[in-house]
Amino acid sequence: MSDITKQSLSELVENIKGKKLSSSEVTKAFVERSEKSKELNAYITEDYANALNKAKKFDEKPNLDLKLPGIPMAVKDLFCTKDLRTTAGSKILNNFVPTYESTVTQNIWNEGAILMGKLNCDEFAMGSSNETSFFGNVQNPIDKNLVPGGSSGGSSSAVAAQLTPITIGTDTGGSIRQPASFTGTVGLKPTYGSCSRYGIVAFASSLDQAGPMAQNVKDCALLQEVISTYDEKDSTSIDFKRNEYSKKLTKDIKGKKIGIPKEYRVDGMPKEIEDLWKKGIEYAKDCGAEIIDISLPHTNYALPTYYIVAPAEASSNLARYDGVKYGFRAEGENLIDMYEKTRSEGFGAEVQRRIMIGTYVLSSGYYDAYYLKAQKVRKLIKNDFDEAYKKVDVILTPSTPSSAFKIGEKTNDPVSMYLNDIFTVPVNLAGLPGISIPAGHDAKGYPLGLQIIGKAFDEQNILNIAYAMEEKINFKNNITDWWIK
Amino acid sequence: MSKSKSEYLINRHDNQYEVVIGLEVHAQVTSVSKLFSTSATKFGAEPNTQVSLVDAAFPGMLPVINEYCVKQAIKTGIGLKAKINKRSVFDRKNYFYADLPQGYQISQFKDPIVGEGKVILDMPDGQKEVGIERLHLEQDAGKSIHDLDPKNTFVDLNRSGVALMEIVSKPDLRSPDEVNAYIKKLRSIMRYLGTCDGNMQEGSLRADVNVSVRKKGSKEFGTRCEIKNVNSIKFMQMAIEYEANRQVDLIEDGQTIDQETRLFDTKKNETRSMRSKEDAHDYRYFPDPDLLPLEVSDDFIENLKSEIPELPDEKKKRFIEKFKLSPYEANILVSDIETSNYFENVIKKSDVKLATNWIIGELFAALNEKNLEITESPISAGNLSKLINLIKDGTISGKIAKTVFEQMMEGDKDPQKIVEEKGLKQESDPKALEALIDKVIDDNRDKATEYKSGKVKLFGFFVGQVMKVSGGKANPQLVNEILKKKL
Repeated sequence: MSDITKQSLSELVENIKGKKLSSSEVTKAFVERSEKSKELNAYITEDYANALNKAKKFDEKPNLDLKLPGIPMAVKDLFCTKDLRTTAGSKILNNFVPTYESTVTQNIWNEGAILMGKLNCDEFAMGSSNETSFFGNVQNPIDKNLVPGGSSGGSSSAVAAQLTPITIGTDTGGSIRQPASFTGTVGLKPTYGSCSRYGIVAFASSLDQAGPMAQNVKDCALLQEVISTYDEKDSTSIDFKRNEYSKKLTKDIKGKKIGIPKEYRVDGMPKEIEDLWKKGIEYAKDCGAEIIDISLPHTNYALPTYYIVAPAEASSNLARYDGVKYGFRAEGENLIDMYEKTRSEGFGAEVQRRIMIGTYVLSSGYYDAYYLKAQKVRKLIKNDFDEAYKKVDVILTPSTPSSAFKIGEKTNDPVSMYLNDIFTVPVNLAGLPGISIPAGHDAKGYPLGLQIIGKAFDEQNILNIAYAMEEKINFKNNITDWWIK
Repeated sequence: MSKSKSEYLINRHDNQYEVVIGLEVHAQVTSVSKLFSTSATKFGAEPNTQVSLVDAAFPGMLPVINEYCVKQAIKTGIGLKAKINKRSVFDRKNYFYADLPQGYQISQFKDPIVGEGKVILDMPDGQKEVGIERLHLEQDAGKSIHDLDPKNTFVDLNRSGVALMEIVSKPDLRSPDEVNAYIKKLRSIMRYLGTCDGNMQEGSLRADVNVSVRKKGSKEFGTRCEIKNVNSIKFMQMAIEYEANRQVDLIEDGQTIDQETRLFDTKKNETRSMRSKEDAHDYRYFPDPDLLPLEVSDDFIENLKSEIPELPDEKKKRFIEKFKLSPYEANILVSDIETSNYFENVIKKSDVKLATNWIIGELFAALNEKNLEITESPISAGNLSKLINLIKDGTISGKIAKTVFEQMMEGDKDPQKIVEEKGLKQESDPKALEALIDKVIDDNRDKATEYKSGKVKLFGFFVGQVMKVSGGKANPQLVNEILKKKL
C-alpha cells in the first residue's frame, strides 16, 4: 500500500485504467498519508470522508476514458470549491463556503479527479514562504526548519511529501515556481490567459495565473492540458489552440535555441546558484540544444515594477472584503468603524502592508510617478522578451537566488523576502509561461531549481525542454518522512 | 444665436450676474441585463432578487462586458452627433460604501466610449447648441435603505451593476429654462433611440448639476459647486436658482465661493454642503485589470448607424418641409417619439393641417385633463384620422366633431358609428337647408327687414338660428351661402 503514494500521477492513471488499482485504494492511501502528516500543516481544510465516498462512487461506475480517472487531489485554498470552505489563507474568509466552483477546478473534476481538501498558502497568495497564512506556516518536507516557499507552500509541501499525487497552485510573481524549486518538485506557470481566473480569489488580476505542480514534467503536462481552457467568464482568457501537452511531449529538443540572459547574474548571487545554472547549460547542450547569450536589459526594474503593480491591483481587489456581505465581520460603532475593525482584524500584516503600498501608489499625486511609470516599465520588460525571442526559443535561468530559507528567517525583512522573486517576477510581468524543474542540491542538500521561460502560448516547448533536461539531471529528492511518527 | 429677451441674469445692486451650468446626466441604459453580469434589471423587483455572484462581488467573480449595453452607448453617441471612440478603457473608481460590493465602481475615466458631441435646443428666441463633453459607461451602485430600522441599514443590490451612461455637458447652459430644454431634448433623443426610457420617477435619469456665477461680460468662469443626484427637472431648476443666488450673495458680501459638493434639500428648497474639495474622495482610478480595453470596429459602428431611426431634429425638419408645419407645431409633435408616431399614423390617411390642430389642441388638452400619456390615449390614431376625415369631407361640422371627440375619449369608438348612432351627420343637402332657412327667415320677418335696410350685423343671428334649428348639424358653409342669397 505504501507504494501507492510514491507513484507518479502518470503511473497512478495507468494503474487505475489498467484496473490494477481502484480509485478507493489510491484515495485511501493518500488520505492516510495526509492524516499522518498533519505536522506539515499543508492542509487548511480536509475533506477526506467526502473524497473516500466519491472514490467509492467512481469505482462503482468507473469512467476510464477520463484523463484523471478517480485520482485524488488536494488544491491550493485560493480556488473556490463549491460547498467546501475556501479561505485564501485569511481570517477574513475563515468561514466562507462558496456556492460555486472555479473553472480550473471544475475542469479537473470533469476529468474524473476527486477533491481531498484545500491546501495552505500565504494569505491572499501574498508571500514567498507560506508564513503569512492565518492558518500557520507550512513545513518543507525536506527539513522541518525550512519554509516550503510561497505562496503555494501548502501545495509544494503536499506534492513533495506525497500527500497528493499532483496539485494546482497560483502564480502571481513566482508563487508556483519558487515553492517548486524549494521542495524539489516541478511547477508550471502558464501563459497569462491560458487558465481561467474565474473562481480564483484574486490577488493581482493582471498577473495571477493558475498552474500545475507535480513530481515530474510529464504529470505537469497532463494536468496543464486539463486545466487550460478558454473561458468566456474570464474576459482575459485567451482563445488559442491548446495542445494535448502530455501526448505531444518529446525529449527531442535538438537544435532548440536556449537563451542565457546576462542580467540574471545578479549581485550577491550564491556561487552554488551560478554553478547550478552552468550545469543546466551543460545539460541543455547534452540534449542537443544550442546556447545563445541574450540580454534582457530592464530585468533590474522588474522587482520594483512588480511591487507597484501587484499591490495596486491587490488594494482594489481586496476592497470587497469589508464585512458587509460575507466572511469575517467585527462589530463597530458605525459603518466606517466596522470597516476599520473588520479589515484590521481580518487581514494579516503582510496583506495590510500591500494594501497600503497599493493605495499609496494609486493616490492622486503619486499615480503618475508610481503606477503609470510601472506600467511603462512593464511594457519595456515585455519588449525585452519579445526582442530575445527573435533569437531564441526559450530562456534558461535559475528559479530562485537561493535554496529554501529557514522558517522565521525573513519574516521581519520584507524586502529580503521580496528579493526571492527576482527571477520569477519578470515572467509574470510579461505574461509568459515559465516552468521550474529541480536541478540539483546546494551544499546543505536542499533542492535548487532551474527555470525555463517560453514564448507566450508555447507551453509545449518549455515542457519538452524540461522533459529532456529532467532525464539528464536525474534529480532525486531527499525526503525522509521525518514528520511521520 | 441671439439671446436677448430671455437672458437669465441675477441682479444685485448695480451688478448683473450670469449663471453657468453644466450637467452630468446619469441615464440608465435600456437593457434586460446588467453591464457586467446576466442579472435582470427590472424596476420594482423584491429587494436582492436580481443579484448575481458578480453583482455581489463574491471572491473570484469576474466582470464580462454586456455587448448590448455597448451598442446602446454607441447609439446614444451617434444620436448626440458625437465622436465614437473605437478604443475605450474601463477603470475602477475605488471607494468604500455598504451598497458598493466590489469596493469600486467600474467606470470609464480617461478613455470614454463616446467623445465630443452636441445637442440643439429650441428656445423661444432661437436655437441654442449645447456641447457634449463625453459619454461613458459605468455601473450603478446598490441602494442603502436607512429608514427601515433604527439601528441598521439595509442594502438592496438589485441596482448594483446596472448599466448607466454618464453624459457630461460642457458648461454651456445659462438658465433653468435651458436646463429644462436640455434634459427634455436629451431624454427625447434617447427615447427615440430606445437607449434609455428617461423615467425620472424610477431613477432612470438623474443628474449632478454644476453651477457657478460670474459678472455679466466676464470671460472667466467662477468657482463651481456640484449639486449631487437631482432627480427631477423641477428640482434641478429650483436647485440652480437657489444655488446661483447663494453664490451671488456670497460674492456681493465680499466672500469667496468654496468648490464643494452640495445636496439639494427638496423639503427646504435649498442646497447645503455635503463635502468640501479637501474632503473629496481620492478615487484612485486605474484601468480594471479584469477587463481588456474595449475595441470596436468601423463595421460595428456603421452597422449601428444603420439602425438609428430618424431623430427629433431631422424629423422636425421633415415635418416643416414636407407637411408645412410651423416650427412651433413641429417642435411639439417631435418632442417625443410616441407623439410623432401618433401624428404620423393619423396623417397617413387624413389632412395634415387638421390633424396637427386636433392633436396639439383637443387631444393634448383632453389627455392633460385625464393625466394620460399619448401612449395611453383612449383615442387611437386610426379613429382620430377617421374623425378628421369626417370633418374634411363635410360629414360633420367642427363643432359636432368636438361632441364626437368627447364621446371617443370615453372609449375608443369609431367616430363614424357615433355619428350614425346619434344622427349627428351634417346637413349638406341644399334643398333641405333652403327649407330650413326659409322657415327661419319666415319666423323672423322683422329682423330680415332690418337686415335688408342695412343692419348687416344681423347675419350672424340668422346663422345662429339656422344652426340651432338644425341641432348644430347644418353645414355652416352652405348655410352662409344660401342665407346670403335668400336675404
